[in-house]
Amino acid sequence: MKHNFGSFVKKETLHILRDKRTMLVVMLIPIVLMVLFGFAISTEVNNINVAVVAPHRTDGVHDAVKRLDANEYFTFKGYITPNEIDSHLRTGNVGAVIVFASDYERGTAQATAGIPTRPIIQLIVDASNVNTASSATAYLQSILLGSASQQTMFETRMLFNPQMKSAYNFVPGIMGLIFILVCAMMTSVSIVREKEMGTMEVLLVSPVRPVKIIFAKMVPYFAISCIVLITILLLARYLLGVPMSGGVGGIFALSLLYLILSLSLGLFVSTISKTQVVALLVSAMVMMMPIMMLSGMLFPIENLPRFFQIVSTIVPARWYIDAIRKMMIQGVPLMAVWENGIILLGMTIVLLSISLRKFNDKLE
Amino acid sequence: MNDVVISVRELTKRFCNFTAVDHISFDVHKGEIFGFLGANGAGKTTAMRILCGLSYPTSGSGTVAGYDVMHDGEEIKRHIGYMSQRFSLYNDLTVWENMRLFAGIYGLTSKQTEQRSTELLDRLNFSSERNTLVGSLPLGWKQKLSFAIATIHRPEVVFLDEPTGGVDPVTRRQFWELIYEAANEGTTIFVTTHYMDEAEYCSRLSIMVDGKVQALDTPARLKQQYAAESMDEVFRTLARGAKRGE
Repeated sequence: MKHNFGSFVKKETLHILRDKRTMLVVMLIPIVLMVLFGFAISTEVNNINVAVVAPHRTDGVHDAVKRLDANEYFTFKGYITPNEIDSHLRTGNVGAVIVFASDYERGTAQATAGIPTRPIIQLIVDASNVNTASSATAYLQSILLGSASQQTMFETRMLFNPQMKSAYNFVPGIMGLIFILVCAMMTSVSIVREKEMGTMEVLLVSPVRPVKIIFAKMVPYFAISCIVLITILLLARYLLGVPMSGGVGGIFALSLLYLILSLSLGLFVSTISKTQVVALLVSAMVMMMPIMMLSGMLFPIENLPRFFQIVSTIVPARWYIDAIRKMMIQGVPLMAVWENGIILLGMTIVLLSISLRKFNDKLE
Repeated sequence: MNDVVISVRELTKRFCNFTAVDHISFDVHKGEIFGFLGANGAGKTTAMRILCGLSYPTSGSGTVAGYDVMHDGEEIKRHIGYMSQRFSLYNDLTVWENMRLFAGIYGLTSKQTEQRSTELLDRLNFSSERNTLVGSLPLGWKQKLSFAIATIHRPEVVFLDEPTGGVDPVTRRQFWELIYEAANEGTTIFVTTHYMDEAEYCSRLSIMVDGKVQALDTPARLKQQYAAESMDEVFRTLARGAKRGE
């Protein structure tokens, strides 16, 4: 019977549309997260005040300061005396102090001529925030190096994300998180709600096949997720300026696979939980936490202890986020991340078959 | 007999060592209101699940609307209606949307759906509430609506599992009028209940004790047989013999 599937999809859509609050949350969360991670929470070096100590304000020093001031990430606050360094850093007036040696010019000349020389610039950085301090140091060094020596020993180039924008890093992570939230959490809660309300009983006595009930439930959530996906991609491209040079098609295709995976996960959760509260808790604890901690969204997987690195291999988001990061930021095509795709596909098939079997068992 | 709608012979359901339904046999005729009574744990629900095509018997045989409970579970589901003790319409859908959903499930065309739901709403005197959210209706109305929707596809048998739980006596009375109407039109009603005054309304009753059908007859004859004033007494006399607990 074809039109009973249609009636189910219609019903599920109505459930979602009637529940305006949930609907709003689902639509707003991605936007809020994107803006939050993209602008507010960032590990970028931004607006760092810098003071300079220079015994002789030579041309070389002026040149360096000019470069510094011209840079949008640093603000030159003025020259100070060595005695003031401590108080300025302590009060937080400045985040870093650059101390030029009194023989700065001579040292530069020597370095240019290739003669080994002792350090001629000292960087004193407020490291109370380690992340900011280390990126500020690296960035300051590269600025000063340019002015200190024409003949540098090495050349560093930041590929793919030359400004080290953290939004680039977060967008794939947010995608990995949000689809689990929408698909897995909401489908599982909506299936369990029917069990709790007793409506599932009536549906089971009807001639509809249980599989159909489930798939009809997935359709509207899938549709919502697609809208969310498009929203995220648009925001990422036009608000945060993520390059997506690998082609939007590939990103979209992989995301669709991940959506299906999340839906299967939701179905799985619904088969193991009896009440909506349990379903919510399971989704939050068993799915959200690993995604935040073990997927590479916040912490690089390479930095995790060995044990957690192994655990992370079963977190689907890890593979998804990794692939999306490559496609969005490095700009590789879908073919280059085929391994991640295969792993995700495998996980989908396994999860879907387990939960469908479990679901059918339950009914007997 | 041609008018037998449900026929059960030596139906048994065992779970491991526990025999939930123990060799029960009975026939239910077309247009009958068949009361299926028993204390909690007597095996009513298990028997009913088998008859609804939700579970298979361990042994014995049975047919519902002409379909075998062992092999044609899916066909049975198509020909029966079901209303459970828990209210099971969707609160966040309107009266009409609920009707459309269940009509769709049973494969009614949109024209049939329109016709049938108008007819049912008229009968319930409920046409004005067509677009009201079900959640905002009083419980009694919800139960009546549930019953109407259980018959939306004109099933041959309607299974009612304690349909009037938690409903006030006046509404219960009205509810039974609906049941009578449906029975008069030839729909067979298979109903479980804990209210003994309701048992009196049934054409025939079966009383299950410990998985067996201990008594089966019209309410009047049962009372006569057990020399009882009311069905309540009959029931208690029989249930006293039960060995199983809750």
